[in-house]
Amino acid sequence: MHELSIANGIVEICAERAGDARVIRVRLEIGQLSAVMPDAVRFCFDVCARNTVLEGAALEIIETPGRAVCRDCDGEVSLVQLVGRCTCGSANLRVIAGEELKIREMEVA
Amino acid sequence: MCTTCGCSDNQDVNYTIPGADTHAHSHDHAHPHDHAHSHDHVHAHPHDHVHAHPHDHDHADPRAALHAGMHGRTIALEQEILAKNQALAERNRGWFEGREVLALNLMSSPGSGKTSLLERTIHALRDEMQIYVVEGDQATTNDAERIRATGCAVIQVNTGTGCHLEADMLARGMQQLKPPPGSLVLIENVGNLVCPALFDLGERAKVVVVSVTEGEDKPIKYPHMFRACRLMLINKIDLLPHVRFDVDRCIAYAREVNPGIEVLCVSAETGEGIEAWYQWLRHELVGQQESASADHAV
Repeated sequence: MHELSIANGIVEICAERAGDARVIRVRLEIGQLSAVMPDAVRFCFDVCARNTVLEGAALEIIETPGRAVCRDCDGEVSLVQLVGRCTCGSANLRVIAGEELKIREMEVA
Repeated sequence: MCTTCGCSDNQDVNYTIPGADTHAHSHDHAHPHDHAHSHDHVHAHPHDHVHAHPHDHDHADPRAALHAGMHGRTIALEQEILAKNQALAERNRGWFEGREVLALNLMSSPGSGKTSLLERTIHALRDEMQIYVVEGDQATTNDAERIRATGCAVIQVNTGTGCHLEADMLARGMQQLKPPPGSLVLIENVGNLVCPALFDLGERAKVVVVSVTEGEDKPIKYPHMFRACRLMLINKIDLLPHVRFDVDRCIAYAREVNPGIEVLCVSAETGEGIEAWYQWLRHELVGQQESASADHAV
Protein backbone atom coordinates (compact mmCIF):
# COMPACT_ATOMS: atom_id res chain seq x y z
CA MET A 1 0.00 0.00 0.00
CA HIS A 2 2.39 2.68 -1.14
CA GLU A 3 -0.72 4.78 -1.73
CA LEU A 4 -0.68 5.60 1.98
CA SER A 5 2.77 7.18 1.65
CA ILE A 6 1.60 8.94 -1.46
CA ALA A 7 -1.54 10.31 0.19
CA ASN A 8 0.57 11.44 3.14
CA GLY A 9 2.88 13.22 0.75
CA ILE A 10 -0.05 14.98 -0.91
CA VAL A 11 -1.45 16.17 2.41
CA GLU A 12 1.98 17.34 3.58
CA ILE A 13 2.72 19.30 0.42
CA CYS A 14 -0.72 20.95 0.28
CA ALA A 15 -0.86 21.77 3.99
CA GLU A 16 2.55 23.41 3.78
CA ARG A 17 1.46 25.63 0.93
CA ALA A 18 -2.00 26.40 2.33
CA GLY A 19 -0.76 27.71 5.66
CA ASP A 20 -3.84 28.53 7.72
CA ALA A 21 -6.23 28.47 4.79
CA ARG A 22 -8.66 25.62 4.45
CA VAL A 23 -8.14 23.48 1.37
CA ILE A 24 -11.40 22.64 -0.36
CA ARG A 25 -10.19 20.86 -3.46
CA VAL A 26 -7.05 19.13 -4.65
CA ARG A 27 -6.43 18.09 -8.21
CA LEU A 28 -3.96 15.34 -8.99
CA GLU A 29 -2.62 13.82 -12.14
CA ILE A 30 -1.96 10.11 -11.92
CA GLY A 31 -0.74 8.28 -14.98
CA GLN A 32 -2.27 4.92 -15.73
CA LEU A 33 1.21 3.37 -15.87
CA SER A 34 2.35 4.84 -12.56
CA ALA A 35 1.61 1.77 -10.40
CA VAL A 36 -0.56 3.95 -8.19
CA MET A 37 -4.24 3.15 -7.84
CA PRO A 38 -6.47 6.22 -7.80
CA ASP A 39 -9.11 4.51 -5.66
CA ALA A 40 -6.55 3.57 -3.05
CA VAL A 41 -5.22 7.14 -3.05
CA ARG A 42 -8.76 8.46 -2.54
CA PHE A 43 -9.29 6.15 0.40
CA CYS A 44 -5.96 7.02 2.01
CA PHE A 45 -6.35 10.72 1.30
CA ASP A 46 -9.46 10.98 3.45
CA VAL A 47 -7.67 9.20 6.28
CA CYS A 48 -4.52 11.33 6.00
CA ALA A 49 -6.48 14.59 5.68
CA ARG A 50 -8.16 14.16 9.05
CA ASN A 51 -7.31 16.90 11.55
CA THR A 52 -5.47 18.92 8.92
CA VAL A 53 -6.46 21.93 6.82
CA LEU A 54 -7.35 19.41 4.12
CA GLU A 55 -10.05 17.65 6.10
CA GLY A 56 -13.10 17.26 3.90
CA ALA A 57 -11.35 18.50 0.77
CA ALA A 58 -12.55 17.09 -2.52
CA LEU A 59 -9.99 15.06 -4.43
CA GLU A 60 -10.06 15.19 -8.21
CA ILE A 61 -7.86 12.79 -10.10
CA ILE A 62 -7.00 13.15 -13.75
CA GLU A 63 -5.90 9.78 -15.06
CA THR A 64 -3.47 10.15 -17.92
CA PRO A 65 -3.50 7.26 -20.41
CA GLY A 66 -0.23 5.53 -21.23
CA ARG A 67 1.51 6.30 -24.51
CA ALA A 68 4.82 5.23 -25.92
CA VAL A 69 6.98 5.82 -28.95
CA CYS A 70 8.50 2.83 -30.70
CA ARG A 71 12.29 3.07 -30.90
CA ASP A 72 12.32 0.93 -34.02
CA CYS A 73 9.64 2.45 -36.24
CA ASP A 74 8.95 5.79 -34.50
CA GLY A 75 5.26 4.92 -34.34
CA GLU A 76 3.18 5.91 -31.36
CA VAL A 77 1.16 3.36 -29.41
CA SER A 78 -1.17 3.54 -26.47
CA LEU A 79 -0.37 1.36 -23.47
CA VAL A 80 -2.63 0.03 -20.74
CA GLN A 81 0.30 -1.46 -18.87
CA LEU A 82 4.02 -0.94 -18.77
CA VAL A 83 4.72 -3.93 -20.99
CA GLY A 84 3.48 -3.71 -24.51
CA ARG A 85 4.30 -3.97 -28.16
CA CYS A 86 4.17 -1.62 -31.07
CA THR A 87 2.00 -2.52 -34.05
CA CYS A 88 5.29 -3.27 -35.86
CA GLY A 89 5.95 -6.03 -33.31
CA SER A 90 8.76 -4.32 -31.43
CA ALA A 91 8.83 -4.26 -27.63
CA ASN A 92 11.47 -1.55 -27.63
CA LEU A 93 9.23 1.26 -26.47
CA ARG A 94 9.90 4.59 -24.81
CA VAL A 95 7.06 5.64 -22.53
CA ILE A 96 6.11 9.27 -23.12
CA ALA A 97 2.94 9.55 -21.02
CA GLY A 98 1.18 7.71 -18.25
CA GLU A 99 3.83 7.81 -15.51
CA GLU A 100 2.72 11.12 -14.00
CA LEU A 101 2.35 11.44 -10.25
CA LYS A 102 1.69 15.07 -9.62
CA ILE A 103 -0.33 17.60 -7.66
CA ARG A 104 -1.59 19.98 -10.31
CA GLU A 105 -3.37 22.51 -8.14
CA MET A 106 -5.46 23.08 -5.08
CA GLU A 107 -8.24 25.43 -4.17
CA VAL A 108 -8.32 27.15 -0.82
CA ALA A 109 -11.31 28.82 0.80
CA MET B 1 5.31 33.46 -7.06
CA CYS B 2 3.16 33.14 -10.12
CA THR B 3 3.91 29.90 -11.91
CA THR B 4 2.79 31.26 -15.24
CA CYS B 5 5.06 34.29 -15.56
CA GLY B 6 7.26 34.05 -12.50
CA CYS B 7 6.07 37.31 -11.01
CA SER B 8 5.97 37.70 -7.26
CA ASP B 9 3.17 38.98 -5.19
CA ASN B 10 3.04 39.89 -1.54
CA GLN B 11 1.49 36.77 -0.17
CA ASP B 12 3.67 34.16 -1.88
CA VAL B 13 0.65 32.48 -3.32
CA ASN B 14 -0.32 32.20 -6.93
CA TYR B 15 -3.45 33.45 -8.45
CA THR B 16 -2.92 31.48 -11.56
CA ILE B 17 -5.59 30.73 -14.01
CA PRO B 18 -4.82 27.20 -15.22
CA GLY B 19 -5.03 26.27 -18.84
CA ALA B 20 -4.51 29.77 -20.17
CA ASP B 21 -2.05 29.80 -23.05
CA THR B 22 -1.31 33.48 -22.88
CA HIS B 23 -0.67 35.22 -19.67
CA ALA B 24 -2.26 38.59 -20.11
CA HIS B 25 -1.86 40.22 -16.73
CA SER B 26 0.84 42.80 -16.17
CA HIS B 27 2.52 43.11 -12.83
CA ASP B 28 0.13 45.77 -11.79
CA HIS B 29 -2.67 43.56 -12.79
CA ALA B 30 -5.03 44.83 -15.41
CA HIS B 31 -7.79 42.81 -13.77
CA PRO B 32 -7.93 43.85 -10.16
CA HIS B 33 -8.17 41.20 -7.53
CA ASP B 34 -10.43 43.27 -5.35
CA HIS B 35 -13.42 42.45 -7.43
CA ALA B 36 -16.20 44.93 -7.87
CA HIS B 37 -18.62 42.40 -6.45
CA SER B 38 -18.29 41.44 -2.82
CA HIS B 39 -17.48 37.86 -1.98
CA ASP B 40 -20.11 37.51 0.66
CA HIS B 41 -23.08 37.97 -1.62
CA VAL B 42 -25.57 35.23 -2.10
CA HIS B 43 -25.10 33.38 -5.31
CA ALA B 44 -27.95 32.44 -7.52
CA HIS B 45 -26.34 29.02 -7.66
CA PRO B 46 -24.85 27.26 -4.61
CA HIS B 47 -21.11 26.77 -4.31
CA ASP B 48 -21.12 23.06 -3.77
CA HIS B 49 -22.75 22.30 -7.07
CA VAL B 50 -21.27 20.01 -9.64
CA HIS B 51 -19.94 22.00 -12.50
CA ALA B 52 -21.29 21.32 -15.90
CA HIS B 53 -18.13 22.75 -17.42
CA PRO B 54 -14.70 21.29 -16.76
CA HIS B 55 -12.16 23.31 -14.80
CA ASP B 56 -9.51 22.99 -17.43
CA HIS B 57 -11.35 25.24 -19.81
CA ASP B 58 -9.68 28.17 -21.48
CA HIS B 59 -9.73 30.97 -19.00
CA ALA B 60 -8.82 33.58 -21.58
CA ASP B 61 -12.40 34.72 -21.34
CA PRO B 62 -12.41 37.32 -18.52
CA ARG B 63 -15.86 36.22 -17.41
CA ALA B 64 -14.44 32.78 -16.75
CA ALA B 65 -11.72 34.30 -14.60
CA LEU B 66 -14.31 36.20 -12.65
CA HIS B 67 -16.26 33.02 -12.20
CA ALA B 68 -13.18 31.18 -10.92
CA GLY B 69 -12.64 33.93 -8.38
CA MET B 70 -15.94 33.17 -6.77
CA HIS B 71 -14.93 29.67 -5.69
CA GLY B 72 -11.85 30.34 -3.63
CA ARG B 73 -8.29 30.74 -4.71
CA THR B 74 -6.82 28.16 -6.99
CA ILE B 75 -3.15 27.62 -6.28
CA ALA B 76 -1.15 25.96 -9.01
CA LEU B 77 1.33 23.54 -7.49
CA GLU B 78 2.55 21.38 -10.38
CA GLN B 79 4.55 19.41 -7.89
CA GLU B 80 5.73 15.83 -8.10
CA ILE B 81 4.21 13.93 -5.21
CA LEU B 82 7.39 11.98 -4.62
CA ALA B 83 9.59 15.05 -4.90
CA LYS B 84 10.39 15.11 -1.20
CA ASN B 85 11.59 11.51 -1.17
CA GLN B 86 13.49 12.16 -4.39
CA ALA B 87 15.26 15.16 -2.89
CA LEU B 88 16.24 13.17 0.19
CA ALA B 89 17.40 10.31 -2.03
CA GLU B 90 19.65 12.67 -3.98
CA ARG B 91 21.10 13.91 -0.71
CA ASN B 92 21.84 10.32 0.27
CA ARG B 93 23.40 9.73 -3.13
CA GLY B 94 25.71 12.69 -2.65
CA TRP B 95 26.58 11.49 0.83
CA PHE B 96 27.51 8.05 -0.53
CA GLU B 97 29.50 9.47 -3.42
CA GLY B 98 31.40 11.85 -1.17
CA ARG B 99 32.49 8.92 0.97
CA GLU B 100 32.99 6.53 -1.95
CA VAL B 101 30.49 4.22 -0.31
CA LEU B 102 28.74 1.79 -2.63
CA ALA B 103 25.06 1.47 -1.67
CA LEU B 104 22.87 -1.16 -3.32
CA ASN B 105 19.13 -1.56 -2.90
CA LEU B 106 18.14 -5.25 -2.97
CA MET B 107 14.51 -6.02 -3.62
CA SER B 108 12.41 -9.14 -4.17
CA SER B 109 9.30 -10.99 -3.09
CA PRO B 110 9.38 -12.33 0.45
CA GLY B 111 11.29 -15.61 0.57
CA SER B 112 13.47 -15.27 -2.50
CA GLY B 113 16.62 -15.72 -0.42
CA LYS B 114 17.90 -12.16 -0.05
CA THR B 115 19.10 -12.66 3.52
CA SER B 116 20.81 -15.96 2.66
CA LEU B 117 22.48 -14.24 -0.26
CA LEU B 118 23.74 -11.51 2.06
CA GLU B 119 25.02 -14.04 4.59
CA ARG B 120 27.02 -15.86 1.96
CA THR B 121 28.29 -12.63 0.44
CA ILE B 122 29.48 -11.35 3.83
CA HIS B 123 31.30 -14.60 4.59
CA ALA B 124 33.00 -14.58 1.21
CA LEU B 125 34.00 -10.93 0.98
CA ARG B 126 34.50 -9.82 4.59
CA ASP B 127 38.30 -9.83 4.29
CA GLU B 128 38.16 -7.94 1.06
CA MET B 129 35.67 -5.15 1.79
CA GLN B 130 33.88 -3.56 4.74
CA ILE B 131 30.22 -4.51 4.50
CA TYR B 132 27.30 -2.83 6.27
CA VAL B 133 23.72 -4.01 6.04
CA VAL B 134 20.37 -2.30 6.36
CA GLU B 135 17.48 -4.70 6.92
CA GLY B 136 14.00 -3.48 6.04
CA ASP B 137 11.01 -5.41 7.30
CA GLN B 138 7.59 -4.53 8.60
CA ALA B 139 8.30 -6.31 11.87
CA THR B 140 10.84 -8.40 13.82
CA THR B 141 14.61 -8.17 13.96
CA ASN B 142 15.04 -11.75 12.74
CA ASP B 143 16.94 -10.83 9.61
CA ALA B 144 19.20 -8.40 11.43
CA GLU B 145 19.96 -11.12 13.96
CA ARG B 146 21.01 -13.43 11.14
CA ILE B 147 23.30 -10.76 9.72
CA ARG B 148 24.70 -9.90 13.14
CA ALA B 149 25.60 -13.55 13.58
CA THR B 150 28.01 -13.18 10.67
CA GLY B 151 29.80 -10.42 12.58
CA CYS B 152 28.72 -7.74 10.13
CA ALA B 153 27.39 -4.34 11.29
CA VAL B 154 23.66 -4.16 10.64
CA ILE B 155 20.69 -1.99 11.36
CA GLN B 156 17.08 -3.13 11.20
CA VAL B 157 14.48 -0.72 10.00
CA ASN B 158 10.97 -1.81 10.87
CA THR B 159 8.51 0.04 8.74
CA GLY B 160 5.42 -0.95 10.71
CA THR B 161 2.55 -0.73 8.25
CA GLY B 162 4.90 0.64 5.59
CA CYS B 163 5.59 -1.65 2.68
CA HIS B 164 8.90 -0.19 1.56
CA LEU B 165 11.92 1.78 2.75
CA GLU B 166 12.04 5.50 2.06
CA ALA B 167 15.02 7.80 1.64
CA ASP B 168 14.72 9.40 5.07
CA MET B 169 14.71 5.97 6.71
CA LEU B 170 17.98 5.15 4.97
CA ALA B 171 19.44 8.51 5.99
CA ARG B 172 18.60 7.82 9.63
CA GLY B 173 19.98 4.30 9.29
CA MET B 174 23.26 5.70 7.97
CA GLN B 175 23.53 8.15 10.86
CA GLN B 176 23.55 5.22 13.23
CA LEU B 177 25.47 2.72 11.14
CA LYS B 178 28.17 5.21 10.08
CA PRO B 179 29.71 3.23 7.22
CA PRO B 180 33.33 4.34 6.68
CA PRO B 181 34.67 5.59 3.32
CA GLY B 182 35.07 2.91 0.67
CA SER B 183 32.64 0.49 2.30
CA LEU B 184 29.75 -1.46 0.82
CA VAL B 185 26.22 -0.86 2.12
CA LEU B 186 23.73 -3.55 1.22
CA ILE B 187 20.14 -2.50 1.75
CA GLU B 188 17.64 -5.32 1.99
CA ASN B 189 14.34 -3.68 1.23
CA VAL B 190 10.98 -4.94 2.47
CA GLY B 191 10.01 -8.10 0.58
CA ASN B 192 7.65 -6.65 -1.99
CA LEU B 193 7.86 -6.35 -5.77
CA VAL B 194 5.56 -3.36 -6.06
CA CYS B 195 6.14 -0.39 -3.76
CA PRO B 196 9.92 -0.30 -3.30
CA ALA B 197 10.30 0.32 -7.04
CA LEU B 198 8.77 3.77 -6.63
CA PHE B 199 10.93 5.02 -3.81
CA ASP B 200 14.47 5.99 -4.66
CA LEU B 201 16.80 5.66 -1.67
CA GLY B 202 19.88 7.22 -3.21
CA GLU B 203 21.52 3.88 -4.01
CA ARG B 204 23.96 3.45 -6.87
CA ALA B 205 21.91 0.59 -8.29
CA LYS B 206 18.79 -1.40 -7.62
CA VAL B 207 19.06 -5.18 -7.71
CA VAL B 208 16.10 -7.51 -7.93
CA VAL B 209 16.28 -11.11 -6.73
CA VAL B 210 13.96 -13.74 -8.20
CA SER B 211 14.09 -17.35 -7.11
CA VAL B 212 13.32 -20.35 -9.28
CA THR B 213 10.58 -21.42 -6.87
CA GLU B 214 8.60 -18.41 -8.07
CA GLY B 215 6.94 -17.97 -11.43
CA GLU B 216 9.24 -17.12 -14.33
CA ASP B 217 6.76 -14.45 -15.39
CA LYS B 218 7.50 -12.22 -12.39
CA PRO B 219 9.19 -9.61 -14.64
CA ILE B 220 6.06 -9.00 -16.68
CA LYS B 221 3.77 -9.26 -13.67
CA TYR B 222 5.75 -6.58 -11.83
CA PRO B 223 7.23 -4.54 -14.67
CA HIS B 224 7.91 -1.41 -12.62
CA MET B 225 10.31 -3.29 -10.41
CA PHE B 226 12.23 -4.96 -13.21
CA ARG B 227 12.39 -1.76 -15.19
CA ALA B 228 13.89 0.11 -12.24
CA CYS B 229 16.63 -2.44 -11.60
CA ARG B 230 20.06 -2.67 -13.18
CA LEU B 231 20.66 -6.28 -12.20
CA MET B 232 18.43 -9.33 -11.84
CA LEU B 233 19.75 -12.20 -9.74
CA ILE B 234 18.03 -15.52 -10.35
CA ASN B 235 18.54 -17.34 -7.06
CA LYS B 236 18.15 -20.96 -5.88
CA ILE B 237 19.34 -22.38 -9.20
CA ASP B 238 20.37 -25.54 -7.31
CA LEU B 239 16.64 -26.32 -7.24
CA LEU B 240 16.19 -26.09 -11.01
CA PRO B 241 16.01 -29.89 -11.51
CA HIS B 242 13.01 -30.02 -9.16
CA VAL B 243 10.92 -27.11 -10.36
CA ARG B 244 9.28 -25.93 -13.54
CA PHE B 245 11.12 -22.69 -14.06
CA ASP B 246 12.27 -21.66 -17.52
CA VAL B 247 15.39 -19.53 -16.97
CA ASP B 248 15.60 -18.36 -20.58
CA ARG B 249 11.99 -17.31 -20.61
CA CYS B 250 12.42 -15.42 -17.34
CA ILE B 251 15.38 -13.54 -18.82
CA ALA B 252 13.44 -12.83 -22.02
CA TYR B 253 10.55 -11.40 -19.97
CA ALA B 254 12.93 -9.23 -17.97
CA ARG B 255 14.55 -7.89 -21.16
CA GLU B 256 11.13 -7.18 -22.59
CA VAL B 257 10.50 -4.84 -19.67
CA ASN B 258 14.07 -3.58 -19.40
CA PRO B 259 16.25 -4.30 -22.46
CA GLY B 260 19.42 -3.26 -20.62
CA ILE B 261 19.01 -5.36 -17.47
CA GLU B 262 22.00 -7.49 -16.45
CA VAL B 263 21.30 -11.05 -15.33
CA LEU B 264 23.21 -13.46 -13.10
CA CYS B 265 22.11 -16.96 -12.08
CA VAL B 266 23.23 -17.95 -8.59
CA SER B 267 22.62 -20.26 -5.68
CA ALA B 268 23.11 -18.68 -2.28
CA GLU B 269 22.85 -22.22 -0.87
CA THR B 270 25.53 -24.06 -2.87
CA GLY B 271 27.51 -21.10 -4.16
CA GLU B 272 26.97 -22.01 -7.79
CA GLY B 273 27.43 -18.97 -10.03
CA ILE B 274 27.97 -16.72 -7.03
CA GLU B 275 31.48 -15.67 -8.04
CA ALA B 276 29.95 -13.59 -10.87
CA TRP B 277 27.92 -11.69 -8.27
CA TYR B 278 31.07 -10.99 -6.26
CA GLN B 279 32.76 -9.77 -9.43
CA TRP B 280 29.81 -7.50 -10.09
CA LEU B 281 30.13 -6.05 -6.59
CA ARG B 282 33.89 -5.46 -6.98
CA HIS B 283 33.30 -3.75 -10.30
CA GLU B 284 30.61 -1.48 -8.84
CA LEU B 285 32.76 -0.59 -5.85
CA VAL B 286 35.52 0.55 -8.19
CA GLY B 287 32.90 2.36 -10.28
CA GLN B 288 31.65 4.25 -7.25
CA GLN B 289 35.19 5.32 -6.35
CA GLU B 290 35.81 6.46 -9.89
CA SER B 291 32.62 8.50 -10.11
CA ALA B 292 33.47 10.10 -6.77
CA SER B 293 36.91 11.15 -7.97
CA ALA B 294 35.44 12.33 -11.28
CA ASP B 295 33.19 14.62 -9.25
CA HIS B 296 36.15 15.95 -7.32
CA ALA B 297 37.94 16.68 -10.59
CA VAL B 298 35.02 18.88 -11.67
